[in-house]
Amino acid sequence: MSRRARFRFRLYIAGDALNSTQALANLTALCRTRLPDRHEIEVVDVFREPERALADGIFMTPTLLRLAPPPVRRIVGTLSRMQPVLQALGLDAIAA
Amino acid sequence: MQAAAAAFPAPTASGSGPLLTGDLSVLTKKPKRSIQSKALTGIAGFDEITGGGLPRSRTTLLVGGPGSGKTVLALQFLAHGARACNEPGIFVAFEERSKRIVGNAESFGWSLAESQRKKKLYFMDAQPRHDLVQSGDFDLSGMLAALEAKTREMKAKRIVFDALDVVLALLPDVTAERREIYRLHAWLLARELTGIITLKSGADETNSISQQPFGFMQFMVDCAVILNHSVVLGVSQRSLRVQKYRGSGFDENESAFLIGNSGFDVAVAHTLSRVDAKVSNERVSSGIARLDTMLGGGYYRGASVLITGFSGTAKTTLSGAFAEAACRRGERTMFVCFDTNSTEVIRNLLSVGIHLDRYVKSGRLRMISARAITGSAETYLVRIKALAKEHGARCVVIDPVSAWSKSGNDLSTQSVADRLIDWSKGEGTTLVCTSLLDEMSGQGEGGSQLQISALVDTWIHLNYLIQAGERNRGLSIVKSRGTTHSNQVRELILSDAGVTLADTYTAGGEVLMGTLRWEKERAERGVHEAAEVAAKLKRVRLDAEEAELEVRLKSLQTELVAKQVEKALLVRTTQSDKGELSRGRTQMKELRGADAAIPARKPGPP
Repeated sequence: MSRRARFRFRLYIAGDALNSTQALANLTALCRTRLPDRHEIEVVDVFREPERALADGIFMTPTLLRLAPPPVRRIVGTLSRMQPVLQALGLDAIAA
Repeated sequence: MQAAAAAFPAPTASGSGPLLTGDLSVLTKKPKRSIQSKALTGIAGFDEITGGGLPRSRTTLLVGGPGSGKTVLALQFLAHGARACNEPGIFVAFEERSKRIVGNAESFGWSLAESQRKKKLYFMDAQPRHDLVQSGDFDLSGMLAALEAKTREMKAKRIVFDALDVVLALLPDVTAERREIYRLHAWLLARELTGIITLKSGADETNSISQQPFGFMQFMVDCAVILNHSVVLGVSQRSLRVQKYRGSGFDENESAFLIGNSGFDVAVAHTLSRVDAKVSNERVSSGIARLDTMLGGGYYRGASVLITGFSGTAKTTLSGAFAEAACRRGERTMFVCFDTNSTEVIRNLLSVGIHLDRYVKSGRLRMISARAITGSAETYLVRIKALAKEHGARCVVIDPVSAWSKSGNDLSTQSVADRLIDWSKGEGTTLVCTSLLDEMSGQGEGGSQLQISALVDTWIHLNYLIQAGERNRGLSIVKSRGTTHSNQVRELILSDAGVTLADTYTAGGEVLMGTLRWEKERAERGVHEAAEVAAKLKRVRLDAEEAELEVRLKSLQTELVAKQVEKALLVRTTQSDKGELSRGRTQMKELRGADAAIPARKPGPP
């Protein structure tokens, strides 16, 4: 995984539920600090676009999908516990 | 007195009076939920237990151990809704992949694939991904949003959450679990979906779900059903119990069930509410002419007949005779043998002149060797019912029904036997069951082990009588409802010409059979012959006497005639003599010329 790889994220949220808002805030903060200028975040509200949630197999909210770089990774929850998130996204090496 | 009387009427008449009648009308009018308020599951028996299915627009909790049939029941509920009730349904699979679920259910013939094509059935795979990373709090809103969309699209009325525990286990704590359960429940209620949530219970603890981590769900939902799967002495026994059902009566007992060829089959003892079976006055032959006579014409069509006896008392022969007679009448018949192979039964019956082989060949008679079937009594019943239906049997023989009480079936056999009889009555099938009595239970007539003797219409008991170094078979009719029947014990004689019954002799309070009977018969025949000869002799003698008397009578008559003639002659002679005399005198007078004749004619006064 090169340092120059662009990260594409899709975050599924459930309206303005507290955990969804938290997840979006945590993701934005993470991207700002770790992946400045090389990230894309798409936010999908399951209430507005349930078909997309169905197509992506999203059953729990909030769910974060890392679409790029491959492979696709899924993380559920508010993303408040950073360590597993960084591990899953392959960012823990960068942190070091 | 008067003051009190005047004080009381007012409140009773105006106050509590109407109130009381109002209350009473509430009490007498049972909160009867119409069929509309229930969603049929299409599961034979289950709809009866619950009085019409699961509560519509409510949630039902289905709890059971591994392999207890939760998924099958839930799926059958959906399949029935999609196929028969025009109620589309959604199956949310948390544990197993939906493809596998559909594949496994293929054999039940619920046409799931077709329902899926017609958009009456939708499977949602919601298995937690193994690569799922958790970080912090999350909830099930995503799933509900997706379901919401799907529900609208399909106009779904039914929904199943299979193995909800799997997804709940992902949640960090009990509080979160509860929150999600309430979220789900509220969602179900708001969408007015008839829902089933299945949950696993511990392997051992199956009777009480209150001790389970999700026990509180049982208080939340409107209906709770517990599935049980246990093994008793190596025989698998399944049962289910409705634990609660808000706003409706239900059968509170455990009911045995079976997962058969077409899904669930819940055994229900018919209750008072069942429609009485049609009763027939038609008689069917037992296959033995004299037995028919003893029964006043044979068994009733649709009756249940029990033949009890020790082993070797010709129970099979008697039931075989019935089967043969049924086939001869052209009725489709089914013969289920538990003890021996059907081919052996056919061969053995041939030795007593009962030819079943030709009917087997023509397909009219279906022989089933049930020894191969292992399983609970429930299994037997379901198989027999299914096979009888398949064959279109009007007459069914089960030989012996007591085989059911073997191997761990003691408890269930009784109710299975009850339902067997109920079933045959309902179908109008004439049922002949044999029941083996325990050798050790004494020589008395004893009840059959199954205690089904109280239920059957006709009970024939076969017995051995050991006398004078012989063992002979005796037959008696213990009971036969609605028919006059002989009270006599008859001897059952098997020969290559067939089965016959012979009168027995009672002598000095003892019943004689076999050689003793034959001797007695011979002696009686001798006596009878002697009496006949004597009577003949006497008649001849009397004839002779009569003839003799007649002859004497004739000779006397002749003599009489002779005497009469003689007498008449005598009279005539006397008269002519007298005339001659007087004429002679006159002539003489005339000749003599006398004139003193006048004084002589007129005698003057003395």
